[in-house]
Amino acid sequence: MQVKTPWLRPLVHLVLIAGSLVCLFPLLWMISTSLKPITETMTLPPRWIPSVWQWVNYPRAVMYQSDKLGYIPFLVYAQNTLYLAVLGVTGCVLSNAVVAYGFSRIRWRGRETLFAITLATMMIPFPVTMVPMYVLYRHLHWIGTFKPLWVGAWCGGAFNIFLLRQFFMTIPQELSEAARVDGCSEWRIFWRIILPLAKPALAVVALFHFMYVWNDFLGPLIYLQDQRQFTLALGLQAYQSQHGGTEWNMLMAAATIMVLPIIVLFFFAQKTFIQGISVTGLKG
Amino acid sequence: MTRGERHNLKLGLCFVAPWLIGLALFQIYPIAASFWFSLCDYSVLQPAHFIGLGNYHDLAGDDVFWLALRNTLGYAAIALPLGLVTALATAILLNSGVRGMAFYRTFFFLPSLVPAVASAILWLWLLNGEYGVLNVLLGKAGVKGPGWLSDPLWTKPALVLMSLWGVGNTMVIFLAGLQDVPQQLYEAADLDGAGWLGKLRHVTLPMVSPVILFNLIMGIIGSLQMFAVPYIMLPGGQPARSGYFYTEYLYDNALPYLQMGYASAMAWILFLITLACTFAALRLSQRHVHYEGA
Repeated sequence: MQVKTPWLRPLVHLVLIAGSLVCLFPLLWMISTSLKPITETMTLPPRWIPSVWQWVNYPRAVMYQSDKLGYIPFLVYAQNTLYLAVLGVTGCVLSNAVVAYGFSRIRWRGRETLFAITLATMMIPFPVTMVPMYVLYRHLHWIGTFKPLWVGAWCGGAFNIFLLRQFFMTIPQELSEAARVDGCSEWRIFWRIILPLAKPALAVVALFHFMYVWNDFLGPLIYLQDQRQFTLALGLQAYQSQHGGTEWNMLMAAATIMVLPIIVLFFFAQKTFIQGISVTGLKG
Repeated sequence: MTRGERHNLKLGLCFVAPWLIGLALFQIYPIAASFWFSLCDYSVLQPAHFIGLGNYHDLAGDDVFWLALRNTLGYAAIALPLGLVTALATAILLNSGVRGMAFYRTFFFLPSLVPAVASAILWLWLLNGEYGVLNVLLGKAGVKGPGWLSDPLWTKPALVLMSLWGVGNTMVIFLAGLQDVPQQLYEAADLDGAGWLGKLRHVTLPMVSPVILFNLIMGIIGSLQMFAVPYIMLPGGQPARSGYFYTEYLYDNALPYLQMGYASAMAWILFLITLACTFAALRLSQRHVHYEGA
């Protein structure tokens, strides 16, 4: 809906600029704090811009060692998170693509019923499955290992199946039929014809699963026990002293390191992000 | 069944096989087991022991349970309407044909990219009692800032403020919805002499109402599951348990206290509330929400 009144346009810009500043300020403050010497984090009124840009805070945050908190193996956390992300994203993309193919490109009896059940599982909240899954993993002796955090991704999930199925259905059936006439096996049709065409949708699934793994806090909190297995989301807390005297510049440097990859990813894959969110929002 | 049909059935099942395992193992088993545990006294260390509706009965008399539920719903009752209005208003402004829309959209969206844990840590710093920059800014404006994280009255507003900061996600969803509104409708309204407000009320709002509803449902379900942010920012829900949320109490019962049956009963109540919200919203939508072509 266009704003037509000419004098209103500057007003709209004014509101949008003010809003943008509110959105950006906390992030800028995080970066500013992360570059300050510790004394400057505790001055009133605060220094907006550090007097010296103390880049050394970053390597120090990564190899953090303090009397109170001990050694925080940040690089190990990053490595653990990446390990889970790679396993999870690979499994999530492959399994959901295969399953969505079965739900869209092959006609079989019972397909629609099973699909309806699949959609219904989207209503089950994570806290409901949390206790039984913990019990099951305990029996399997998987508590304290990474397995509970990635194995599930290899079995597909309702929302991604739905998303990919919608995409696969827009691909003309004639493509598959021509390939079948040429004696192509179903697996080859899937792998050689449909998957390459579905790259944009697969990118959405991959991206959002990556974000999920990167952000997940409750999962690692439940299943991981040893500090050397922690992910970034779980480990970030370690910098925070429960008894005051937190080194905020270190904590902000660590937080910046956690946020930065996501923001870089966003600038490289902006279209995928916006598409993904729009699809998520409009499925209802 | 003909041979071709049988062949296709086999083929189809082969392709969906991973999900058949997933459905059984990660959906049907846990939901059934959760229901069974909710009727049992179960500490994992000893076998489950059936006690009927005992857990539910205990919950009904558990003050902490009611407090956590009240905190959660109270928070949602403020955060959701404010968030929806902010997101929609911003989206409408962005969609008004101003220049630089892509830039503004990026700025508004950035905060929602920040992982929940990182944003909890960041806001702990912004709202810090001694050196928090927000109260410094308020002080410059002549307002004495409250003890955001130390005064029980202000913990929920603090979380609401934080959630408003991360509203960019919802805004992008609204923006996509607004861009789908057919231009002819506005042209027709122009011909009828409708002003900006008239078009907002009679064209824009009815056309995006399904998106509003969708976001509302997701918001309610999301608040019931809110965990990381209050867990990190207000450990144990302190001060005075004003920041103790439903899923935190569920988690505390399950893991630290090993009361799996009690936690499962809480999980089932959460599940039923989720279902009820979804159905209520769908029912309401039949009356008030406009679906194009319906």
